[in-house]
Amino acid sequence: MTFHLFIPIVSPLIGAALAVLLHRQWVVVRALTLISVLINLGYGLWLMSVVPQSGPLVAQASGWLAPFGISLVADGMSALMVMLAALLMLTTVVYSFYSVDREREAHFYYPLLLLLLLGVSGAFLTGDLFNLYVWFEVLLVASFGLITLGGSREQLEGGLKYVVLNLLGSTAFLFGCGLMYGFAGTLNMAHIAERMATLADPGLQTVLAGVFLFAFGSKAAIVPLFFWLPSSYHTPPVAVTAIFSGLMTKVGVYSLYRVFGLLLQNELAIYAPWITLIAGLTMVIGVLGAVAQMNVRRILSFHIISQIGYSVMGLGLASAAGLAAGLVFTAHVMIVKMALFFIGGAAEQINGTGDLKKMGGLARREPLLALFWFLGILSLAGIPPLSGFIGKLILLQVGVSQQAYLITAVAAGTSILTFFSMLKIWNEVFWKKSYEDVNRLPRVRFGLLAPGAALVILSVALGLVAGPLVEYNTIAGQQLFDRAAYITAVCGADGCEAVYRAAVK
Amino acid sequence: MLPLLLMLSIFMLFRGHNLPGGGFIGGLLASSAIILQMVAFGPKVARRILPVNYLILAAFGVFFGALWGLPALFAGLPYMQAFWLPEPIPGVGKIGTPVLFDIGVYFTVIGVTTKIALLLVEEPILFPFPEMKSVPVDHQEEVA
Amino acid sequence: MIILLAIAIGSLFGGATYLILRRSVVKLILGLIMLSHGVNLLIFTMGDGVRRGGPPLVDASGQPPAGSADPLVQALILTAIVISFGFTAFVLALAYRSNQAAGSDDLDDLSTTDRL
Repeated sequence: MTFHLFIPIVSPLIGAALAVLLHRQWVVVRALTLISVLINLGYGLWLMSVVPQSGPLVAQASGWLAPFGISLVADGMSALMVMLAALLMLTTVVYSFYSVDREREAHFYYPLLLLLLLGVSGAFLTGDLFNLYVWFEVLLVASFGLITLGGSREQLEGGLKYVVLNLLGSTAFLFGCGLMYGFAGTLNMAHIAERMATLADPGLQTVLAGVFLFAFGSKAAIVPLFFWLPSSYHTPPVAVTAIFSGLMTKVGVYSLYRVFGLLLQNELAIYAPWITLIAGLTMVIGVLGAVAQMNVRRILSFHIISQIGYSVMGLGLASAAGLAAGLVFTAHVMIVKMALFFIGGAAEQINGTGDLKKMGGLARREPLLALFWFLGILSLAGIPPLSGFIGKLILLQVGVSQQAYLITAVAAGTSILTFFSMLKIWNEVFWKKSYEDVNRLPRVRFGLLAPGAALVILSVALGLVAGPLVEYNTIAGQQLFDRAAYITAVCGADGCEAVYRAAVK
Repeated sequence: MLPLLLMLSIFMLFRGHNLPGGGFIGGLLASSAIILQMVAFGPKVARRILPVNYLILAAFGVFFGALWGLPALFAGLPYMQAFWLPEPIPGVGKIGTPVLFDIGVYFTVIGVTTKIALLLVEEPILFPFPEMKSVPVDHQEEVA
Repeated sequence: MIILLAIAIGSLFGGATYLILRRSVVKLILGLIMLSHGVNLLIFTMGDGVRRGGPPLVDASGQPPAGSADPLVQALILTAIVISFGFTAFVLALAYRSNQAAGSDDLDDLSTTDRL
């Protein structure tokens, strides 16, 4: 029992409430936001240092016993994700200090960011299926607010599609929760995992897995459920797009990993070929969609979809090693993707437009920005010694070792296409001559450059010192796939069923 | 109807822990009292019943509710573990952190539902600033 | 009872699907509301009271207490109703504003963000 496991949830909650109460003093609001995020970051780092040795940490809300109350569970994957969410939120907050206008700040921009962090951290930590749904709704509410805050026509149109398609996904998730309760008679993940092993209704289990694949797949933007993403992600301010790219789809990936790795492990074997097929299609269609676009953030949005394919490929490999490789890649892509959004967004703000045809000449004007962009796209494409190389290498290794040659070839081919498509932005924005006088453009400010640069440097560092990351994720992948250890951690050595029976008697 | 409904809502709030009722139901009753006034006499009259910013009220409720989960955290127990006063207070019932948490929920529900209703009736321009301007990067010195 | 509920859920889902596939934004939102009602009803049927005729609670004698139902599904539905209530308010306001901004209720006219 780890009573302080609630800190990553409590700190953004109280921070957001206080920030709304004191919304007139913008200094206080910013300070509160920063403090809450830093608390989460520190706690996430501590969790990451503890969890590999200790196994999953567990806390029971209000002290209710495990299969009855809501459990919070932090295993390796949760700890990594909580830390990354706080880290990415920190860079977003810093970027927002320099780029978000006063009207948005006055309309509760920072409390919404904290609410997003609250929902994301809660979703990563919870050990209860219905509670996961509630956290999904919390982060959806925050994202709805962030994506429509401002109310221009593009935002409202993009926001409407985003809202409607995400609500459909949530409803499917709720549908799955209901079926799961009717089928297993419980919603505690450990208890479900335990009962799944004994309940014999393969047909219904397969249906459940399909429902969850649809629900989380639409959150994660896999093919063919991705259409909400490219039509809405380029409309809000750059900082909002960046944090969405880092967190929103990855929560979907996390839930897919959790549900298929823990609850429906038996179904994973049945679904693996289909998941692999979806992964390959997602990679290819995402990157091909990017080719036709002529707007910085829309190209990057399609690349989010393409990268999701790699994360889903880790799941499709259906083994602890595959999940570990997928986790390494997901961690890498969260960092690099946000860095690219920050840098591309800074270029967009300098030019006042995201249209590639109207941009140009920034390599001479802003050499540092160009340098970090170039490092970023090298990392995304998977050139050694950057973190993308490690992420892809491990995925491909596992793919080859499991004789999944086709998906491995597709993944390797897609990285070339990715690099090609990123070079297009490089050519248009940084390399080609500008039609206008570049010297009249405003200089990039430190606050716009620093978050992206810091993330790119982190990516380089992860590439150079890859050992600890890979070791950590190997343990995390094993923990994720180890049902017995999870059940023991949540309900004790006898399992949840024993606690349940004892309480009912 | 207004005083009756408000009294009923507070009654509901305090009987809620072991019987049907609680902060959520109480809050809905109170806000429905205000909304009934709004339907009957218009939003201006309804605003005068409780002259506060409802959004702030909701935020206060969240803060107040979250606050009373903290003592358990400091005592080394899971968040929101309940503490009760040993003796019931006459007329109110037993007082403990869950009751205080319920009061937070009560304020939040009043704040949110009334705010939604008022926004839909009064139709202010929800986002008062028109288009997102691409902010010239240099002109934001005062923000830094 | 279970048959009636199944028919009700099925018609709610069918009607919701039909409405969601319409081009009008208002009908789309009505479809979403219907869909959430259908799912709530589905959760209701998953309670032990409807399916097996008794709640999972037992008293000292091992029998379910008289006149009680599965409390968990009600809690789940209440939560789901509150959430869908909030979302419905938000989506309605959003649709209203986008109608003002775009001057149209037709989803085909709301495609500026998808153009190249």
